[in-house]
Amino acid sequence: MLADERLRSSKAAAGRRRWETLAESLIEAAIRFCGVSAILFVFGIFFFVFREGAGILPKLDLVQFLFSPAWYPTSVSNVRYGVLALIIGSLSVTSLAMVIAVPFGLGAAVFVSEFCGQRARETLKVVIELLAAIPSVVWGFIGISVMNPLIQHVFSVPVGLNVLNGALLLALMSVPIIVSIGEDALKAVPDSYREASMALGATRWETVRRVLLPAAKNGLLAAVLLGVGRAIGETMAVLMATGHSINIPKSVFDPVRTLTATIAAELGEASSGSPHYQVLFVIGILLFSITFVVNVTADIVVKGLRK
Amino acid sequence: MNRSSRFPFPMLVGAVTLAAGVALVGCAKKAEEGQKPGEKASLQDIGSDTMVNLAQAWAEAYAGVDPAVSVEVSGGGSGVGIAALLNGTAAIANASRTMDSLEMAKAKAAGMDPKEFLVAYDGLAIYVHKDNPLDQISIEELGEIYREGGKIDDWGALGVKSIPGAKGTAIVRVSRQNNSGTYQYFREHVVGKTKDYKPGSLDMNGSKEVVELVAKTPGAIGYSGLGYATPDVKILKVAKKKGEPGVLPSIATVHDNTYPISRPLFMYTPGDPPAHVKQYIEWVMSDAGQKIVEESGYVPLPKK
Repeated sequence: MLADERLRSSKAAAGRRRWETLAESLIEAAIRFCGVSAILFVFGIFFFVFREGAGILPKLDLVQFLFSPAWYPTSVSNVRYGVLALIIGSLSVTSLAMVIAVPFGLGAAVFVSEFCGQRARETLKVVIELLAAIPSVVWGFIGISVMNPLIQHVFSVPVGLNVLNGALLLALMSVPIIVSIGEDALKAVPDSYREASMALGATRWETVRRVLLPAAKNGLLAAVLLGVGRAIGETMAVLMATGHSINIPKSVFDPVRTLTATIAAELGEASSGSPHYQVLFVIGILLFSITFVVNVTADIVVKGLRK
Repeated sequence: MNRSSRFPFPMLVGAVTLAAGVALVGCAKKAEEGQKPGEKASLQDIGSDTMVNLAQAWAEAYAGVDPAVSVEVSGGGSGVGIAALLNGTAAIANASRTMDSLEMAKAKAAGMDPKEFLVAYDGLAIYVHKDNPLDQISIEELGEIYREGGKIDDWGALGVKSIPGAKGTAIVRVSRQNNSGTYQYFREHVVGKTKDYKPGSLDMNGSKEVVELVAKTPGAIGYSGLGYATPDVKILKVAKKKGEPGVLPSIATVHDNTYPISRPLFMYTPGDPPAHVKQYIEWVMSDAGQKIVEESGYVPLPKK
């Protein structure tokens, strides 16, 4: 009787266990797929972009493509595909944006993580996250309607849609990323470091400069590079705010055009499969390579720092 | 501290973007399937950015004429409209230029025989800031401003010593993206058929954007459809040759051909249009439809 009951309950337990293992392995498979899917998507996108652009690659004069500023894809008499002005446009806007955003972003991260009180921190974080949630078209609109007249007026320049306008917008857009990730990196430094530093008689600022920043440098670098990635890939805001003008800038007040904006503006009307369409995809490959190089450099630098 | 809540965010965004992309592709497919002739519910009217205001006004008014047909208008450009016509997503393509030989060849290859309907005219107006003292410009001077290698870069060359509110007298050239119908028309008739634009112009992505930028930039000049005029900009008189009197774009001057840069606006259908499309185009060309042309700031067809 007793043995019988025990047998039954152990059978039920075994059944439950089998069911649980099955469910577990299913969930594990699903999670594994989620993990691997990122790789699949990246390769899928790369394959697609490459396939669309590949047709023109053998015919394209790469030297002219990379080093000529003449971009006339729809010329009647003399079609020229030179993206030098676009590359310089992208790089100039991005680097100026970083010059503005990095000190602000890292400064804010240090302040939020180390210096401000609990209530100020919560308020600041909410506001910074709000900044990140503004869509880029809205930024572009601000660039055209607010910053354009402002820059014209303050700097006495003929047109306010230029490198400076685009860079200010991009800086505002990448600061939230730098702050969030930078703050996480600082928070990840164990409190025992702070305590030890304080115990040795260091001030708060000395603690930040001598202890926390060196300890968190990998995370901070990642924060900056994610900001760069955000800036170089941004399309809508720079399309609207930089003036969209094929031009090698001589000052920050010259209008420029970026690689991303060119794709956005022209792909819609280029007839599918035409050389112009294919060249736009080659620009896509170029952008892909630029971000790839940035990421790999970041990886190498981070690994180098770790040693 | 709060790491776990932060890091999945970019992945989430990625996943949502991809999902949206997939959904969009799905929708596009569905729209294609829904466009079988004989189905009377909706009519896709896609194309020219110059015509999008007009096409929208027509579509809204037509809802009162034949409630059984809903006309869905979208812009994007003449090239987009014709591409949509060729791949079967549009019943009507709006175009501010005629179909080019490449597009015709593609249509023939797809077994289509596109029909062209002249539905209105547009005067291509030359806009400057409202404080600019200049009143008139010649086609030649416009060419020198916009052409690659052209000599005019400064308002001084046109006799304008200073523009109130402008910093300096450099001409800020406002142009369009290089595959818009307006860009191509302006190149053919002003810049030079086989010539190219001077680099460094601000290339706007729509007719309205050109006028808006000119309104905010005292030193600017731009070209855009007459229908986009606002009180903040000034329309210049245009002379065929330097020294001749300039002409303002208007219905009369476009009809008698004295305004030098006006152009026809077309609707294309993939072949002989089905009954409901034909009815719509006939209504567009009727007095009722042409009255809307005039109200929207374009130039109606001359009365027969």
